Amino acid sequence: MAILECKNLFKKYGAVEALSDVTLSIDSGRIIGLLGPNGSGKTTLIKLANGLLMPSSGEILIDGKAPGRESHAIVSYLPERTAIPIWMNAKQLMDYYEDFYADFNRSAAEEMLEHLGIRPNQKIRQMSKGTREKVQLIMVMSRQAKLYFLDEPIGGVDPATRDYILSTIISNYNPEASVIISTHLISDVEKVLDDVLFINNGRLMLQTSVDQIREEKGMSVDELFREVFKC
Amino acid sequence: MHWQFSNDMPIYTQLIEQIKVAIVSGVFLPGERLPSVRDLAVDAGVNPNTMQRAMAELERDKLVFSQRTSGRYVTEDHMVIHALKADLARIHVARCVEALERLGYTREDILDVLTNSLKGE
Repeated sequence: MAILECKNLFKKYGAVEALSDVTLSIDSGRIIGLLGPNGSGKTTLIKLANGLLMPSSGEILIDGKAPGRESHAIVSYLPERTAIPIWMNAKQLMDYYEDFYADFNRSAAEEMLEHLGIRPNQKIRQMSKGTREKVQLIMVMSRQAKLYFLDEPIGGVDPATRDYILSTIISNYNPEASVIISTHLISDVEKVLDDVLFINNGRLMLQTSVDQIREEKGMSVDELFREVFKC
Repeated sequence: MHWQFSNDMPIYTQLIEQIKVAIVSGVFLPGERLPSVRDLAVDAGVNPNTMQRAMAELERDKLVFSQRTSGRYVTEDHMVIHALKADLARIHVARCVEALERLGYTREDILDVLTNSLKGE
């Protein structure tokens, strides 16, 4: 069964249609790029999947159910903005995640933090922006979730941090789970993806695999994106 | 291992090609146990499913083999590796010939160019 399904999904903010008639289905075991220009509806789709917004019409289902308590238990979500409490230290943050999520793998998180040289008593407040993003990603990826939503995980960080984030995603990847990564930095994530979703003006333009694009068009996803979304 | 990817070919075919080169050139020795798919994927910075697909294809070509519990190994069959080396050589030569023909060289010219170049002139 599909882990994520959208059926004729619409989301309107007043007169503005943020998502328009989106129908799609995503299976387990895939890493998917949710790609589109700024304002195309990527974050809206992710917020709908996490129950932070309600559809105007149509349906969005996680593992067959509308977003709610049951889906929160199997979905791990990295929001666009860093949202971890900055007054906590790394240990408190892990306690917090452990309390909230039954699937949190503490030893995996500890190992990754140690690898970065972050001490348990170090306060989030004392960390740089890049380090905070890494710490939040570590928390998100340390859950044994069925579905991960990473909203712009590599925006606004330096290339070395970008590499670290991508390799963290790969090394924590579980073949039973799916990972949805929204970004406009396509060339950086392309090698990590199985499939891509192109969205523009709230509409789904294309759902296909990276290999298929390269095989059929002889170009990278990044090149195809530039062609499709040429200004 | 140093991995490099171009834009115009599927990633898995590029992985296959680069692992073949690694086997022929002895980066991975005959009979050597290969790192896990996940470790190889992290090293190459690619999707683990893509690495798995490349491995499955190499397995079909008998260049690597799986032992159910202990992982995946490079073939110990030197004939297979030798044939692979010859195959790769043919591919590289074909590319070189194609490039020289694009420059306007005829087949005979190409032979001269190569001979001279090998003599170091």
